[in-house]
Amino acid sequence: MRAFATLLRREFSAYFLSLTGYVIISAVLLLIGLSFLLMLRAFNNDTLNAPLTEGFYSVMFFWLILLLAGPLITMRLFAQEKATGTFETLMTAPVSDRQVVLAKYTAALGFYVVTWLPLLPCLLVVHRYTSSGAPFEWGPTASTGFGILLIGSVFVSLGCLASALTRSQMIAATVSLAFGVGFFLLSFLKYTVTSQSGWFARAAARLSLIEHMEDFARGVVDTRPVVLYLTLTAFFLFLTLKAVEGRRWR
Amino acid sequence: MDPRSMNSGPMIEVENLTKRYGRHTAVNDVSFTVARGEIVGLLGPNGAGKSTIMRVLACFLPATEGTARVAGLDVFHAADAVRRRIGYMPENNPLYPDMRVREYLKFRARLKGLDVTRSRKRVDIVTEQCGLADVAQRIIGTLSKGYRQRVGLADALVHEPDLIILDEPTIGLDPHQIRAVRQLIKDLARKHTVLISSHILPEIELTCQRVIILYQGRVLAADSTAALQSRLGRNGEVVAEVAAPADELRRCWEALDTVEHAEVIPVEDGYCRCTLVPRPGVDLRPVVFQTVVDRGWSLRELAHSPATLEEIFVRVTRPDREEDSF
Repeated sequence: MRAFATLLRREFSAYFLSLTGYVIISAVLLLIGLSFLLMLRAFNNDTLNAPLTEGFYSVMFFWLILLLAGPLITMRLFAQEKATGTFETLMTAPVSDRQVVLAKYTAALGFYVVTWLPLLPCLLVVHRYTSSGAPFEWGPTASTGFGILLIGSVFVSLGCLASALTRSQMIAATVSLAFGVGFFLLSFLKYTVTSQSGWFARAAARLSLIEHMEDFARGVVDTRPVVLYLTLTAFFLFLTLKAVEGRRWR
Repeated sequence: MDPRSMNSGPMIEVENLTKRYGRHTAVNDVSFTVARGEIVGLLGPNGAGKSTIMRVLACFLPATEGTARVAGLDVFHAADAVRRRIGYMPENNPLYPDMRVREYLKFRARLKGLDVTRSRKRVDIVTEQCGLADVAQRIIGTLSKGYRQRVGLADALVHEPDLIILDEPTIGLDPHQIRAVRQLIKDLARKHTVLISSHILPEIELTCQRVIILYQGRVLAADSTAALQSRLGRNGEVVAEVAAPADELRRCWEALDTVEHAEVIPVEDGYCRCTLVPRPGVDLRPVVFQTVVDRGWSLRELAHSPATLEEIFVRVTRPDREEDSF
């Protein structure tokens, strides 16, 4: 447990020791700002009855952050250590493979949450300066955050896996981005699926990230996507662990 | 101190260790033991399997066949306990360049299971011991290579391991830094068992009591440095500068049956430089002197060079190629 806490601290602070962390935070901040702007303009044009958060998820920048943050945050986790050789000093310390994987994953997820924090003030600003104050509700805001966390958790674990498989950060980021975007694009499958489609197509159409996020933004927490995301996270982390252990089988 | 570390069994026991990467055999049926308190050098050209053996001992890679034990504990089955007893510095000494020296050492100490007070105390001690006090607050990435090497050593020492494994600890350092690191290693030997690898022979010769020579994944020779010298090194060459015609000198040396091989090169002022390789167990110096006196030649230099590990090394590791070239 002590090793886990030590590793977690080191991994999390590593984001702030190098420029990378600040670059990612700034980029996300810019994108959140842009979505905020687009949303405000939509506000001016017509009145909104739905919660404020619902406006957010439909802005494309929102998805850009979701898709990009994971790969960028996780690409260095294992790949960098392998490239510089510190992986060897790390793995010859009395720590288990599982502790290392979990600490790196938790730190990355923690940093992911940090990058999303500026969203909250944006929502509060709208709440403060709109006359009615109605659009902002804590419920949907919490469930939106939960949805962002869940989807991020999948992308971060996917990024961990990609990073554990290679010693090149570029390859790690590219692979996890490709799979992440691929997963996201499944959302559009539902438009092509009819009742005559096979079971596979219909099942795949269920994996609609956009639809799930829409639910979360409305304040609906459905157990099905929750289970799906948690399972996927666990699955990717399991594969990451196997990839880290994999050096033993070579 | 851990009572188990006080027992008297050997520190390292390697039995029939084989490691294959795919079809390539990096280490082939290697066995050796290292007693407590010894400084042992693994010597061999690049690719001889030194790093692989060290990685197996440090529980980074599992062996394909055979066993390795550290302080009586199997490196595969008791990996965690073994890692606590080992301070390992890998080749090229990888560090986190973005951390500060003290911060890094504290992180490593905590990672190796030391509590807050103990880690602080130990970091203070190793910082002092490795001469890092001046740079404790510097960022590792900005340090010179010599200092970085010391940070690596400090990391290997921070949890008071029984066994210290250093893979090429002086590679890429300048002569001053090499001396400093070498002295540091010698100081360590009082308290710890040390296993060093190197392909640079003087390195091993100066720091180690015992040498294990590896070549293509096999142990070619393992003995104390002194024993190796007398066993493999014959007596070393004798160099004499004699004022005499080269042809006559050649005939003269060839006539002596104690000389195995002679080389005569004319130098300035009518002198010839003769390099004589004796038969095993013979000291040629009195013979050369007597010969020169008998013939009335003049002698201006007579030197004996004990075989260095370098020669031994070259001889053991390249017997075939050397003969081919003649």
